[in-house]
Amino acid sequence: MMHHDHKNCYHILDSLSDYVDGELREELCHEIERHIADCEDCRIVVDTYKKTIYLYHETVGEPEIPSDVRLRLFRRLDLEDFLGDAIEETHE
Amino acid sequence: MTNQDRTEAHFSLEALQNGDQAEFARVVEAYSGYIYRLALKMLQNPQDAEDVLQETFIKAFHALPKFQGQSKISTWLYRIATNEALMFLRKKRPDSISVEANLQDDNDEDKKPLQIVDWCCLPENELVSDEARQHLDDSITQLPESLRLAFLLRDVEGLSTRETAEALEISETAVKTRLHRARLSLRENLTAYYQGQILERA
Repeated sequence: MMHHDHKNCYHILDSLSDYVDGELREELCHEIERHIADCEDCRIVVDTYKKTIYLYHETVGEPEIPSDVRLRLFRRLDLEDFLGDAIEETHE
Repeated sequence: MTNQDRTEAHFSLEALQNGDQAEFARVVEAYSGYIYRLALKMLQNPQDAEDVLQETFIKAFHALPKFQGQSKISTWLYRIATNEALMFLRKKRPDSISVEANLQDDNDEDKKPLQIVDWCCLPENELVSDEARQHLDDSITQLPESLRLAFLLRDVEGLSTRETAEALEISETAVKTRLHRARLSLRENLTAYYQGQILERA
């Protein structure tokens, strides 16, 4: 396995999070883009860093709660009377 | 606008503060899935996640009269839930190091050489296979708790940096630092995993 340890590239790394979140100043974005056009290793780090975030985002799915867990929650909160209403609202 | 934002506007703060059970039931209905998901990903155990879920809403109900609405209800619930989850982990492992102990400001961890494997080219069905999804979840549990929470709230639950800072009661700068370290660590972990997949294909 290759390892990337170019010391000059670490300043790219420090800005990576802001870069992928679109929170980095424009001139610094251009600096990163110029750098990764010439530095294949950094290009791979940027791409796989972005892909890592994407994969977690993609695979999270809708928030779901098993029906038995939901039932016990409403019971514990003394909200059983509202279980039916809540179900209807969910399907509205 | 996220689903949480859409839900947010529907609640009457006044009714909630006055202990209106029907209104509270609607809050529970709207957010219990999010809180359960966070607890499950944080604790990796359905029974523990259910305990945290129940404690979160019990505490929320009792604290509602004092809730002034400075934060969104969802952020406020995430704050209660993260505290509950952390307390739960402390109880289970009373000898464990504190959240902050592994968060000293030295950046040695960030300066480790990075693994360079371009696994983005793998087909989507391999990137998100059942085995890969399990690996994604397992990788989260290997993060220190504080990094895990920042990542889960920001990148999984989709909170903004400001909302994550409010939920964790830390500065936005601290959120960004933790998030970046979590992302880097996960990237390393996934790189090792997907490199194995690439070698298997070869």
